[in-house]
Amino acid sequence: MAQPTLRPALQQQATPASSVRVTQLAQVFERDRPPVLDRIDVDVAPGEFVCLLGASGCGKSTLLSLIAGLGTPTSGSIEVTVGRPALMFQEPALLPWLTAAGNVELALKARGVGRRERRTEAERLLSLVNLAGQGRKRVHELSGGMRQRVALARALAQDSRLLLMDEPFAALDAITRDALHEELIRLWSEQGLSVIFVTHNVREAVRLGQRVLLMGSRPGRIVREWQVGMSQPRAIESPGVSALATEITHHLRAEISRHGR
Amino acid sequence: MAVDDETLTTEDSRTFEAGLDALEAPTLSPRPGPGAVFLRSVLPPMVAVVAFIALWQLAYSTDLKPSYALPSPLDVLRTFDQTVRDGRAWDAISISVSRGALGFLASLAVGTMLGLAMWRSRWLRTAIGPFVSGLQSLPSVAWVPAAIIWFGLSDAAIYAVVLLGAVPSIANGLLAGFDQVPPLLDKVGRVLGLSTIGRIRHVLLPAALPGYLSGLKQGWAFSWRSLMAAELITYSPALGIGLGQQLNIGRELNAMDMVIASIFLILVVGVAIELLIFAPLERRVLRTRGLTH
Repeated sequence: MAQPTLRPALQQQATPASSVRVTQLAQVFERDRPPVLDRIDVDVAPGEFVCLLGASGCGKSTLLSLIAGLGTPTSGSIEVTVGRPALMFQEPALLPWLTAAGNVELALKARGVGRRERRTEAERLLSLVNLAGQGRKRVHELSGGMRQRVALARALAQDSRLLLMDEPFAALDAITRDALHEELIRLWSEQGLSVIFVTHNVREAVRLGQRVLLMGSRPGRIVREWQVGMSQPRAIESPGVSALATEITHHLRAEISRHGR
Repeated sequence: MAVDDETLTTEDSRTFEAGLDALEAPTLSPRPGPGAVFLRSVLPPMVAVVAFIALWQLAYSTDLKPSYALPSPLDVLRTFDQTVRDGRAWDAISISVSRGALGFLASLAVGTMLGLAMWRSRWLRTAIGPFVSGLQSLPSVAWVPAAIIWFGLSDAAIYAVVLLGAVPSIANGLLAGFDQVPPLLDKVGRVLGLSTIGRIRHVLLPAALPGYLSGLKQGWAFSWRSLMAAELITYSPALGIGLGQQLNIGRELNAMDMVIASIFLILVVGVAIELLIFAPLERRVLRTRGLTH
């Protein structure tokens, strides 16, 4: 089903080698303590789905914020070749005085989309996340999963080729999370997005990503990475996901145990 | 590589998701009908008023106090009716309400600017914040003697007292409103690429609105109180007869019926403005945000 989009034919331009290139990135908040991020190198190809996995406080959210442009790194560089990235948080962070459609429209307005176009485009984006006809609802009239999908529609409204997600489904129950995994994978493959997905849930990382990066804590460093060879869509219960998750969990636990000695 | 057997088709997952939505979307209780509203919200205060008047009549009938000190409800009603018929009540209301409105609007302008300045400058806030909060608990009637010495028995003295009473509440309300804005929402504004002005206009101000509005409501209550205190004390023919002055005339004539009628009028006007202007505004703002029904 070909949907009319507001996007200029970006795909026809010469595709850059990577959507984001992070080089030797370091972030130091307090001088006497180990750096929050240390010599991070990440390269995300256009259309690639990368999961960033690590224990709480390992700096994965800091890394994501820096890529989103919400801070300045102490040293190193971040090159985002696809314009302003879209960012989703663990909370939906919807503006409660606006309707679902109003929240999506604000993102369109920030991009300078005209009023009439905003309305039809918001409706299209809401139907993309399976919320057709729900645009007039207020935030408090939506369930947690619906709110997070409105947030997803708002992120898509930024029309970025790069979607950054900071544990976006961590606060949802397992059934709803499952539904949103399917939703996200469908949108990712349809829209050709690059995704960096931060999580501390190993199975979720393997369920979603083409590549899983494991981060160690203090200093925050990328210690290992895995290519996930399975095709999408795949189920979180499938034996392949389980096997790889078991292997990665083993390394994650070893990484955490290092700090217990 | 083969797709796992248990994988669902797109259509299946859409239906699954729609089912979740139907089960999980919060069900809002429907708004009560007029009958229920009457029974729940209107009837109880009416019962209380009737009971109060009955007690009053009982106190009068049993001569608890001499009748010049405690007139009957009917006497007060007659005096009240008299002041309405000969236009004194309307004159007093219009004088006091126009003063109150003007004083409140001036307080609104000054309080809002003060609040904004204190929000922008941490230094200013640390320097004068405690005094602004302290002023909020100072009864503004304490300013009346000072105002009379500065401005004489004039409108200026009355407005000075009203401003000193209302400005701190409004400034503090605005500050509280800004303080309550979740930092995450401002982050959203930045992620969406809104300009500074755009973030203030589309995120910060609407998010601060509930706190600001409750500051305004309190500011109005303080304006009205300060105004009555000022009118009660600054009496001069040039100032006309507002509700406070009318109350003072009643005291000087030892006419308790007029005193009670004036108190009643002051109460009704203050409550009416709160109910007709501020309450609907606040209810609308809160309901939009799902904070109340």
